[in-house]
Amino acid sequence: MTEWLEKHVPKMVLAPSFIAIFVFVYGFIGWTAYVSFTRSKLLPKYDLKGTIQYERLADSPRFEVALTNLAIFGILFILFATVIGLALAILLDQKIRTEGPLRTIYLYPMALSFIVTGTAWKWILNPGLGIESVMHDLGWTDFAFNWLVDPKLAIYTIVIAGVWQSSGFVMALFLAGLRSVDNEVIRAAMVDGVSTPRIYMSIIIPSMAPIFLSAFIVLSHLAIKSFDLVIALTGGGPGYATDMPATFMYAMAFSRGDIGQAASSATVMMIIVTAIIVPYLYSELRPRHD
Amino acid sequence: MKKSVLLTSALALSLTATAAMAEPKAEVLHWWTSGGEAASVKVLKDEFAANGGVWTDMPVAGGGGDAAMTALRARVLSGNAPTAVQLKGPSIQEWYEEGAIGNIDDVAKAEGWDELLPAAIADHMKCDGAYCAAPVNVHRIDWIWGNSKVLADAGIDAPTTWDEFNAAAEKLKGMGITPLAHGGQAWQDATVFEAVAVGLGGPEFFRKAFVELDMDTLKSDQMKAVFDQMRTMRGYVDDNFSGRDWNLATAMVINGEAAFQIMGDWAKGEFIAAGKVPGKDFTCTSPSGGAYLYNVDSFAFFNVDGDDAVAGQKLLAKLVMGGNFQKVFNLNKGSVPARLDVSMDEFEFCGRQSNADLNTAIDQGFLLPSYAHGMAIRGAQAGAITDVVTAHFNSDMSSEDAVAALAQAVANSL
Repeated sequence: MTEWLEKHVPKMVLAPSFIAIFVFVYGFIGWTAYVSFTRSKLLPKYDLKGTIQYERLADSPRFEVALTNLAIFGILFILFATVIGLALAILLDQKIRTEGPLRTIYLYPMALSFIVTGTAWKWILNPGLGIESVMHDLGWTDFAFNWLVDPKLAIYTIVIAGVWQSSGFVMALFLAGLRSVDNEVIRAAMVDGVSTPRIYMSIIIPSMAPIFLSAFIVLSHLAIKSFDLVIALTGGGPGYATDMPATFMYAMAFSRGDIGQAASSATVMMIIVTAIIVPYLYSELRPRHD
Repeated sequence: MKKSVLLTSALALSLTATAAMAEPKAEVLHWWTSGGEAASVKVLKDEFAANGGVWTDMPVAGGGGDAAMTALRARVLSGNAPTAVQLKGPSIQEWYEEGAIGNIDDVAKAEGWDELLPAAIADHMKCDGAYCAAPVNVHRIDWIWGNSKVLADAGIDAPTTWDEFNAAAEKLKGMGITPLAHGGQAWQDATVFEAVAVGLGGPEFFRKAFVELDMDTLKSDQMKAVFDQMRTMRGYVDDNFSGRDWNLATAMVINGEAAFQIMGDWAKGEFIAAGKVPGKDFTCTSPSGGAYLYNVDSFAFFNVDGDDAVAGQKLLAKLVMGGNFQKVFNLNKGSVPARLDVSMDEFEFCGRQSNADLNTAIDQGFLLPSYAHGMAIRGAQAGAITDVVTAHFNSDMSSEDAVAALAQAVANSL
């Protein structure tokens, strides 16, 4: 009896959550993919109509803007969050006295929701309320910082807010990584008279490759599903200049009664995520020979 | 224990007895949740109760009705539609095609709705020739709201054509006043766009372009002229307009920071709430040459089971179109009654103006559905047009490119 229980209880306990995830995550991914091959409008329909939704998507200038924005935002967001996070971590790692409070200060933005971040930056970047207006009041009347209302530059304000929010988190990841580097190696290098920058470049940073990978995965999925930050900061505007695939999908599904377009854009987003995650899973899950 | 079981079954019995008498019941899905709107709905709720009905309120706020529509989809898909739903324009037909909408034709016939409603508005309320929805109000979209004091100081009259508007705007700009208070949100861009389109192109052009989606009209030189005017208007807004909410734009006109706003008549409520008198402290004129763009809110009646729910639909339909509700609701909401025989004596200046223009437009056949507010065409097509309008207004796109993009976007959305 005990033996039977030992064997089966873990399975029984795991089964409900397994079934729930199987149905509500993978089941609905499958459902969405299926619906993307129909001509569903207000309500889902189930007659397959080929790839018409994907053709419409390819013809849609708005979705093109959304994909371009995702590329701009994704690349810059990941790059700057990683670089700034790493720099902060290295600076904090210099055995300074106030590390505790400083670490908390930099990590704190992560505790805010993207809605709060977006709203705060909307006010800061608004030319009539924020930085520009303050500079004008201080007498620097030529000062211009109106990216938020410039359709060509508005996407970069989202990068600024996103980096502000996330670089503290990346810093925490790297700080943990820095602490786990073998001290013996570093001491040996110091004894050999290697300069500190060289120690970082040649020893510490290369040994943190897994941390870089984790940071990349976390940041890239934040970028792809970014929705609340865009809604709070620009509302997708000016025009639809800061639309992202996620906001495009929301507009199609919930404002326009075009479930087919929503499903096909969601499927495209999933393909992008898969393209990033699968190589990662492959490298993580392959049998190790060491 | 035994006693409580007895009590429960007695209760259950009495409940079944009531249901058998088909007491009118209505579950009403709507998104009128803000102050004035909630007060307007309460009028209906009280009338319904006074006529022996049981009203179950289902207010779903958020997203300008998007959240309510999501709730509606879930309810219809699970086979449990609400009795009545705040729904308007072509989306009534869309739901009818999904097989979800019922019929209240007998009430409409008995009450003579065909005589009471403008034909254009009655058509929205019919599914295959039979009434399936009841209108509550008529909002006018193509209004120019102006600050009387600013206009008097500048020595200009409230504009009634786009040429007059441009002349006034240039003068105001020279005086350092923002001519046009505008919020750079897609639907507000679309609101200005359709007012420009109907004013410049006339009713026939508007109908062909935004009701029939005629490709030649969408690509026409007239449409280019409309986009040219939009480009001119872009020069009349302040630098900071992006993403501004409509009521903040109204506030700019109220406190004299800007001279004009182009917005539906819900803007009037903001002026009145700020203690301004319609026709005296602020002007309401239309640049549409007799045309009238309407946005009609209505209740659609879904397929429901049970005599009590059907009785509830019939009672609700009758009350919604009743003279008292139409008057009180619209006094609260700033719109005018859809029913034409309601006395306008208690309405303020702009309301009476709206009603008079409505009657003139009916006589001339100039009564047109607003595309920007989902009355003329379905969501997918209206959204496609708005995408182009807002992309043009917020960039340096040329009118030629905008017209080409417009035709392509509409074709792609069909």
